[in-house]
Amino acid sequence: MTLQALAPLSGLSPRSQRLAAMRSGELGSVHSWELVTAVDGPGTRLTVFLSGCPLRCLYCHNPDMLEMKDGRPVTAEQILTRIRRYLPVFRATGGGLTLSGGEVLMQPAFAARLLRGAKELGVHTTLDTSGFLGANLTERMLADTDLVLLDVKSGDPDTYRRVTGGELAPTLAFGRRLARSGLPDAGGHGPEVWVRFVLVPGLTDDAENVERVAAYVAELNEIRPDTVTRVEVLPFHQMGRYKWAALGRTYELETTQPPSAELTERVRDQFRTHGLRTY
Amino acid sequence: MSTVHEVPATPTSDSDPNGSAWSGFSSGPWQDHVDVRDLIQRNYTPYEGDASFLAGPTTRTTHVWETVSAMFPEERAKGVYDIDPHTPAGITAHAPGYIDRDAELIVGLQTDAPLKRAIMPNGGWRLVETSLKTYGYDVDESVKETFTKYRKTHNEGVFDAYTPAVRAARRSHVITGLPDAYGRGRIIGDYRRVALYGVDALIAAKKRDKLSLDTRPFSEDVVREREEHAEQIRALGELKAMAASYGYDISRPAATAREAVQWLYFAYLGAVKEQNGAAMSLGRTSTFLDVYFQRDLEAGLLTEEQAQELVDDFVIKLRIVRFLRTPEYDTLFSGDPTWVTETVGGMGDDGRTLVTKTSFRYLQTLYNLGPAPEPNLTVFWSQELPRGFKEFCAQVSIDTSALQYESDRQIRAAWGDDAAIACCVSPMAVGKQMQFFGARVNLAKTLLYAINGGRDEVSGEQVSPVFPPVVAGRPLEYDDVRRRLDRTMDWLAATYVEALDVIHYMHDKYSYERLEMALHDRDVLRTMACGIAGLAVTADSLSAVRYARVMPLFDDRGVVVDYDVSGSFPTYGNDDDRADAIAVELVESFMDKIRRQKTYRGALPTQSVLTITSNVVYGKATGNTPDGRRAGEPFSPGANPMNGRDTHGMLASALSVARLPYDQAQDGISLTNTVVPSGLGRTREEQVANLAGLLDASVGLNGYHMNVNVLNRETLEDAMEHPEKYPQLTIRVSGYAVNFVRLTREQQLDVLSRTFHGAL
Repeated sequence: MTLQALAPLSGLSPRSQRLAAMRSGELGSVHSWELVTAVDGPGTRLTVFLSGCPLRCLYCHNPDMLEMKDGRPVTAEQILTRIRRYLPVFRATGGGLTLSGGEVLMQPAFAARLLRGAKELGVHTTLDTSGFLGANLTERMLADTDLVLLDVKSGDPDTYRRVTGGELAPTLAFGRRLARSGLPDAGGHGPEVWVRFVLVPGLTDDAENVERVAAYVAELNEIRPDTVTRVEVLPFHQMGRYKWAALGRTYELETTQPPSAELTERVRDQFRTHGLRTY
Repeated sequence: MSTVHEVPATPTSDSDPNGSAWSGFSSGPWQDHVDVRDLIQRNYTPYEGDASFLAGPTTRTTHVWETVSAMFPEERAKGVYDIDPHTPAGITAHAPGYIDRDAELIVGLQTDAPLKRAIMPNGGWRLVETSLKTYGYDVDESVKETFTKYRKTHNEGVFDAYTPAVRAARRSHVITGLPDAYGRGRIIGDYRRVALYGVDALIAAKKRDKLSLDTRPFSEDVVREREEHAEQIRALGELKAMAASYGYDISRPAATAREAVQWLYFAYLGAVKEQNGAAMSLGRTSTFLDVYFQRDLEAGLLTEEQAQELVDDFVIKLRIVRFLRTPEYDTLFSGDPTWVTETVGGMGDDGRTLVTKTSFRYLQTLYNLGPAPEPNLTVFWSQELPRGFKEFCAQVSIDTSALQYESDRQIRAAWGDDAAIACCVSPMAVGKQMQFFGARVNLAKTLLYAINGGRDEVSGEQVSPVFPPVVAGRPLEYDDVRRRLDRTMDWLAATYVEALDVIHYMHDKYSYERLEMALHDRDVLRTMACGIAGLAVTADSLSAVRYARVMPLFDDRGVVVDYDVSGSFPTYGNDDDRADAIAVELVESFMDKIRRQKTYRGALPTQSVLTITSNVVYGKATGNTPDGRRAGEPFSPGANPMNGRDTHGMLASALSVARLPYDQAQDGISLTNTVVPSGLGRTREEQVANLAGLLDASVGLNGYHMNVNVLNRETLEDAMEHPEKYPQLTIRVSGYAVNFVRLTREQQLDVLSRTFHGAL
């Protein structure tokens, strides 16, 4: 049964019962799922896109996932059933579960159940997040997460605010927490981190801005060596444009072009100079 | 230049005529009767390593390939390079031909010159005449007189016996592409037998078989078998004569690796000189030949470079097999395919892999000669394959898009570990099994007939039996539509199998595959290979009726010609039970109806979910469908979900297809996927590991087949504009590969409209 297909639990339950189920994490607001290879972590993965995001990135390519109310109500158990079906896929490809969105940490209780459930099945887990709501990630969830795809949208706080409408500081703090969590004295399980940086000409491509991201990533590896095992510079693309139009939202990057190959290489080289494996 | 020419013959023994040929081979039952598999099992050397041992092309190889490939641009521009309109084809019809006689290691061409096509009028004179006219050749009047006045053809026989119902179904395109005007193909001679035993021993064995038939009392079946055996023996004699015209005595077994390749190729060449079958597949030859290569390599008679050279030269010949075909044929099967399908890899019943170094050498030709659609290299994939081979296959796919994969486990369970693919996805035990190729029926159009009470939605004519159409002004009701469809499918199955019975009766009578069948056992398992097209459209349409609201819209003839769909519905291809179960049930239900029909020669009924490129033609002939597809739009190819509706990723799409049960579709289930390189990983190592993992996952969850294209859309768009830049750009379509630039523009656009997975 697909997630989309589920009759809303609210069909029979009062609204308060539904909210309680969401608070407990038994129920989540989900946009969609996909089996993807090579983009959201190692191997072939079940990527579940959760609805709702606190940021409003100008270049967002999933603007249809911004509002939690637009998602479909899906139980954690239904997703775990799908994970069980794909166990052979994960085994054969070295893949696993990726939670993405939207912003996963808008629904921490739901995410926690999925991560725990996946770990109980021995499945590799990945969390794709901006880190803006990093404080919502409990220690238990941290222990259940093998890889974090940390989206650092800018190194300069003003640029970050212009790009996302939010503050940079929580992301920086979250990344440092991830790095420290793997230290022996933290006694914890330290997840691997892949840092992602979306390169938008005229918005995030300023050399100084990039330099600050790169220096920050390098700092994470100073806290705990090999915390960040790869940096992905993602060239801005216009494939999300139609979604903005369909939603009737104003899209400020209507005329922005994807970065040139030269620009993309320059930015990648900025990361590489810090000894970071960069794609 | 190679020194293979100078390889001395191995010493002969006077006492045993096969002593030199078989020296060093472990003995077994294969020596007493024809049993190639037994020879292989007792003598082959499984290879568990990687690709690092392989050799590149020699200057000789490159010279021969460049000589013949320099002729391709002219062939592409004209459609054919040359035709011999005077000589009806046959094993010995043409004088020897060469690309470059002094440079070739493996010799033999279909006619007396490369790329010159022969006429094969036994199938039907009209096809020959139409083809000649298309390409601007004059008809040879004496040949015409022979085949219109004195010699009846397969095509004429078929139309003598077709019923009005078959003719109507054929005319309306609910049954399309039947092999009634072209050769049925899909028969694989066990060409290895000629190398292992020599032709004389095979003739002796066939004579013994014929004697055993002589003692049986009269029946039409027995007389037919006796006559066929006489023809087989005659064909083997002609094969010897043809080889002799090239200076080789193949009456005796091959004694060296080079002879083994040459003998085997002569056998195949005899078949393609005689028959213009829709698919003229080669079988499963690499591990057999490896036994010879390994023996010569160990004896110091051959170097790796020389071994590769022999394989390269052989493959050059396989790449230039050509048949004369009509434009109508090309619309069904686009890009001039010949389906010289060669099966590589797999596991043996005893758990050892059947991968050998020669399996690698075959794949290596895609580097040494560049990518090409033929031979149609088909890997039997298993999770148990050695890692080095898996990685090499994945790498070759990423670099060339020229490989297809089929489930070793499912095929081995059904047909044993010496099975090979004929055409695209049709497995058969080599030398023990053949099929009666049946093209396919249009399931989506059948659904429209069900809605319209048997009237064709395009012509308005009554084609299937009359019953009341659906009621105007009321949404379609699932149970009602499904009952109607069931009834219409009953009619379809009966009409379809009747057509096939007629076709194969006449094909055996007027265009019997003498040589291919001479390289089979006496008792052959025959399958009646039916097929369906439009599975995804039909499943999605039924899903729409069931889960959304579908109002039929009538025209002034009282025919439903369109549908007003409101609400959403699940679609096949998203690993969603609700839609996938409908597709599964359709496959099971049609197979069940096929099984109830009487088949010619007691053939075992099977079906395929395969379209080749005919998905375009079938779509063109089909009106609007309840899933929202517009009239004339192509169907998805094979068992693929409809383009763009599989939104949950390549593997989810594959897993929906994997739900179709192989035991209800034993002629194969075709799935074609295209993924952009970045959709497989950031680095080459990642891409290789991820593709191998995807194949493991797919066959692990019962996937039967996967065509893998690793391509960017931009490459194809550029190739449409600048074909001259991409002479060897190869892409997998439905079960075979083509040169992209040889597809019609319509077919190219269809390929571009397919889902490219992993596009970011």
